[in-house]
Amino acid sequence: MSKIGIAFDRARKEGRLAFIPYLTAGDPSADRSLALFLTLCRCGADLVELGVPFSDPLADGAINQRSAQRALAAGMTLRGVLELVSRIAPNSVPLLLFTYFNPILRMGVEEFARLAAKAGVDGVLASDLPVEEGDEYRRILASHGIEPIFLAAPTTSASRLAAVGEATGEFVYYVSRTGVTGERETLPPEAREKVEEIRRITGKRVAVGFGISRRSQVEQAASFADGVVIGSALVRTVEESGDSEDLPALMERRIRELFPGRGSG
Amino acid sequence: MRPGPDARGRYGRYGGRYVPETLMAPLLELEEAYENCRIDPSFQAELDRLLRDYVGRPTPLTRAEKLEKALGGARIHLKREDLNHTGAHKINNTVGQALLARRMGKRRVIAETGAGQHGVASATVAALLDLECVIYMGEEDMARQALNVVRMRLLGARVVPVSSGSRTLKDAINEAMRDWVTNCRTTHYILGSVLGAHPYPKMVRDFQSVIGREARAQYLAAEGILPDLLVACAGGGSNSLGLFSAFLGDLGVEMVGVEAGGEGIASSRHAARFPGGSPGILHGTYTYLLQDDDGNIASTHSVAAGLDYPAVGPEHAFLRDLGRVRYEVASDQEALRAFRLLARSEGILPALESAHALGWLMRAAPELPTNARVLINLSGRGDKDVDQAASRLGIGP
Repeated sequence: MSKIGIAFDRARKEGRLAFIPYLTAGDPSADRSLALFLTLCRCGADLVELGVPFSDPLADGAINQRSAQRALAAGMTLRGVLELVSRIAPNSVPLLLFTYFNPILRMGVEEFARLAAKAGVDGVLASDLPVEEGDEYRRILASHGIEPIFLAAPTTSASRLAAVGEATGEFVYYVSRTGVTGERETLPPEAREKVEEIRRITGKRVAVGFGISRRSQVEQAASFADGVVIGSALVRTVEESGDSEDLPALMERRIRELFPGRGSG
Repeated sequence: MRPGPDARGRYGRYGGRYVPETLMAPLLELEEAYENCRIDPSFQAELDRLLRDYVGRPTPLTRAEKLEKALGGARIHLKREDLNHTGAHKINNTVGQALLARRMGKRRVIAETGAGQHGVASATVAALLDLECVIYMGEEDMARQALNVVRMRLLGARVVPVSSGSRTLKDAINEAMRDWVTNCRTTHYILGSVLGAHPYPKMVRDFQSVIGREARAQYLAAEGILPDLLVACAGGGSNSLGLFSAFLGDLGVEMVGVEAGGEGIASSRHAARFPGGSPGILHGTYTYLLQDDDGNIASTHSVAAGLDYPAVGPEHAFLRDLGRVRYEVASDQEALRAFRLLARSEGILPALESAHALGWLMRAAPELPTNARVLINLSGRGDKDVDQAASRLGIGP
């Protein structure tokens, strides 16, 4: 089993959701970002998602858009993210890249896979690459030992779910609502049913993301999902306190608020 | 000859469907609905009726004899898309898509707009067909095309200013796609050019192909022979593809698509994707675009808001690779000179977008064979551009 699968299993054995925090790599700067990712690992993340900043993030809400802009303005690139990964990976839980496809395509999928494997990337989610367009990409990532993770959405049909299940690595990333990333009050009521359908059809673990920013939502997700991705709620902490010396400590506190039992260092 | 796309929406290596998973279902739904309507006589009859009685088609083909004198030698005709209701070719597509939205049971439509012409055309058909309408427009474009903002509001549309990125067409499309990904169950996205994920490039081309079908028949009726050269501006490239599509099988007909040269290719303030760009993915399709070494989308510039966009439709990339269509550029200055020339010589104010086609012709005319037969697509009228022209050309009110 891959490192990603082992991380999910460990969480399950401990009777909890896998906790998967997300931050944009390079926000507010490469060095401060490194400190934040190390904080996430120290605070009990089971997997960590690094967002690759892109100029036109059309699946992202305002918080993550601004975060990507800050990272780009600070000079972060896909190559820079891979360099950051190589500095985090030796002391880290499994690392996932969350990216749009064009930066990978620009680098060349083969070159990207080679550099990503060397840096220590465990999995990649390309948010605008549906399974239909992903055959060659999957083959190349797999040949370098990297798991491609595919997404499912509330609108994904049963037949497409089967294809997603075939294509994805150890888990399916379920986008909990039709919409962009961002903070929301609740989980949609149909999320439970859809997650159960995904698990039944794909036979894979399911992590839920998009719009999860409250402890109540995490507790709700714990009753039916295998993992939960928390992004915008953490990115907001970077936005509000990016200049603060205490940013890592503030991040730790935020994680403790959202994810009981984690964040204790 | 109608090249592609294949079943996966590919024109050779270009095109495809690169979207967030949530949008796959609405794209597949749209593709199915469109393919059904395409072969449904009652849909086509309704579309034809609206194009005739509401849009005012067929648009005329006008011989431009005074322009011929000014340019010395070529025989020039203008396809008068500027005479459509709302003033540009854009409405050919919005009528089709709005009818389709109604058939799909979607009562809300959204659209992006650059120059405002597609926004006005969308707001217009939304008013006609009782659809709720939201238009996304970059703040910079709202400033330079203020008249069209007022028109959209008068027509009952909500115009949402987009302040992210370059605050132009690219960012308006980002925002429209974010709306669509959120509201796709109730909303149809009326994309305005031969861009985006399959089936949009094909569907928009098909709705715009009326331009070429009419022009070909009109030209044959008037001249008894086909033209030697077609010229049209290319932002996303819907007016040009609409014209070209009917002539692709006429191998003696040469075609030129004119991109926005802005302040010159060397200045990096332009929107010339072929000389300045490389293949990549933007807004769901694989095509030529302007990007940096890290795959981030570059900013663009053109005096014409409708050409100020970093990607070109995937079928254009394919036609260029095939060598079937040649792509050239015209600068801001050349477009402004053409704007003034057509006004003075023919009494027609062209849209600044369309003026790029003419601007290239002004430069190329001396090298054309004597009596070369040229057909230019005059894709829109220039009323929306008079403020900008006044300041750029130094003409006060």
